[in-house]
Amino acid sequence: MSTTPFPSGPILGCRGRGVSVPGDDIDTDRIIPARFLKCVSFEGLAEGAFADDRAERADHPDGPHPFDRPEHRNAAILVVNRNFGCGSSREHAPQALMRWGIRAVIGESFAEIFFGNCLALGIPCLTADHESVLALQGAIAADPAAVLQLDLQPPAVTLLTGGEPRVWELQVADGPRRMLLSGEWNGTAQLVAHDAELRATAARLPYLSGFALG
Amino acid sequence: MSAGTLYDKVWDLHRVADLPGGGSQLFIGLHLIHEVTSPQAFAALRDLGLSVRHPERTVATVDHIVPTTSQARPFADPLAEEMLATLERNCAEHGIALHGLGSGRQGIVHVIAPELGLTQPGMTVACGDSHTSTHGAFGAIAFGIGTSQVRDVLASQSLAMAKLKVRRIRVEGALQSGVYAKDLVLHIIRRLGVKGGVGYAYEFAGPAIAALSMEERMTLCNMAIEGGARCGYVNPDAVTFAYLKGRPHAPAGEAWDRAVAWWSSLASGPEAVFDDEVVFDAATIAPTVTWGITPGQGIGIDESIPTLEQTEPDERPIAEEAYRYMDLRPGTPIEGVPVDVCFIGSCTNGRLSDLRAAAAIARGRHVAPGIKAFVVPGSEQVAAAAEAEGLDAVFRDAGFEWREPGCSMCLAMNPDRLEGRQISASSSNRNFKGRQGSASGRTLLMSPAMVAAAAVSGHVADVRRFLGPPTDGAPSPTAPAALETAAIRA
Repeated sequence: MSTTPFPSGPILGCRGRGVSVPGDDIDTDRIIPARFLKCVSFEGLAEGAFADDRAERADHPDGPHPFDRPEHRNAAILVVNRNFGCGSSREHAPQALMRWGIRAVIGESFAEIFFGNCLALGIPCLTADHESVLALQGAIAADPAAVLQLDLQPPAVTLLTGGEPRVWELQVADGPRRMLLSGEWNGTAQLVAHDAELRATAARLPYLSGFALG
Repeated sequence: MSAGTLYDKVWDLHRVADLPGGGSQLFIGLHLIHEVTSPQAFAALRDLGLSVRHPERTVATVDHIVPTTSQARPFADPLAEEMLATLERNCAEHGIALHGLGSGRQGIVHVIAPELGLTQPGMTVACGDSHTSTHGAFGAIAFGIGTSQVRDVLASQSLAMAKLKVRRIRVEGALQSGVYAKDLVLHIIRRLGVKGGVGYAYEFAGPAIAALSMEERMTLCNMAIEGGARCGYVNPDAVTFAYLKGRPHAPAGEAWDRAVAWWSSLASGPEAVFDDEVVFDAATIAPTVTWGITPGQGIGIDESIPTLEQTEPDERPIAEEAYRYMDLRPGTPIEGVPVDVCFIGSCTNGRLSDLRAAAAIARGRHVAPGIKAFVVPGSEQVAAAAEAEGLDAVFRDAGFEWREPGCSMCLAMNPDRLEGRQISASSSNRNFKGRQGSASGRTLLMSPAMVAAAAVSGHVADVRRFLGPPTDGAPSPTAPAALETAAIRA
């Protein structure tokens, strides 16, 4: 479990070890099984991250789940494949990953609600093409202790090893990227501040007045 | 880029502001909350020193964690009790209506909001639950959100959102007897994939959609998210208005006429432009069953589990994972696969018409030996209506348990769950690994009538064999799937 502070303010990038959890369509029930949702606080969710997948892999001939391998302890950058985070809207999924220590996710694609939930926590989700993700996952497997430097401006990840650093370009939509860079990802105050605009919008929605005349 | 669709019109009406980051601030007309994804949002609100901006546009119920056997308080599970008590406290503190246990209006959030007339055409609806897409059946733009966004909606009645593209899914023809909205949506997801809808809103249109009842439209839109589409919707029409008329929160009198005029004006017109269109033929769709670990791994009841060779190359790794997890061999016919548990209920298929369809199969038959079968009405109102027409007795006589309303075994946050490697025939929406409460439990998704057919057979069975006296001793054959027209226009 990580002791790194949770994201706050402008997010320019992050630095840390990588951990790959390969496979397409990894849903949020797998990221955090439903029994861990019986709580009124997100504290303590780290232990539930991938709990069933980890148990399933405990005595597996291929070795334990990546989250249980000592070389990935304290990893900060998660590398995944296609449609990661599909299924349930539970924010408990990125909360569990964040509390485990994840500060950024790189994948081939993300489910939308999961992407939005990560953004709301200041955790960037960036995409790369299939070959780049496989290459990055291969590089992490070859040298799990290598440090990755992830940047949002421009979006890229750099593998810092003893030799020549390797760089992969990443993609992230302009809106989320700007929200992270400016710190607006935690935007409740901004939404609330638009009081006049909220009133104007409400005034043009007839159902808010029960379709009353005028 | 789409233009003139219902999605575009509702988006424009609800757009509060454009945000510097590039997204828009969208007003939320109806905010539904429940016990699982709201407690941390209320706590965050408190930390920020903010109040609920529109408590009168916020409606709560309790569904995920409630037991379906005894609902007496306090619950046997102290964590479940704490979650409900927290919701009760938060609603009382902020003046939010809570449809609690025994109120006559409690139930699964996506069942009660429509039946109370809260969900209406042209609204934006948000809820901390991915199956909020259900409400799109009314021509609302409805989507699931996370807890931080629940906090934002509580505080501002709005959200930061990026606009989606719009894909029209036209369904021509008519569904055959024994083929339901559940089969239709499982078929669509099978063809377009569980990632196919990412970045899109799905507009369901065409003669087969127009012919669906509101409850069937809810089943369809409910599972849009399983196809990756954050919201799915059907344009409002006479079927929508007939359903809404007279419901507790629906407009009445002269306001009703003004409402119908406004709702009608929002439907996608003939001039509407879509980002993408896909066409299906309803007549070619068979009762559909999932065999794997994603809702896209579905096949017709008369088909066999696809082999690797029959699977697209990039879908092979998840197919192999599914063979292992499900312990089902490729090439095996899905009909005849034995089941242990049969579950009828959920926000997908826990409404009165679902229970009627299942009861029609159960009537005069009996659950096969060794099978645990149970029926969980989607709400207290559904339960009362079903009991008034004797469906509870039909199910009990057939050996099904008749339970109290809740989410039940759809997601296993309550005592209803699979044990060990049990395999379920389930009318719910997700067959993910471990979804139904056992880390090795297995789920076959199908329509409620198909679940009932499986319960009385002891194995996956073709519901069409149970419907009326067959004219030639066999169910009507279905056309090969290859005849289906699934033309995608960019």
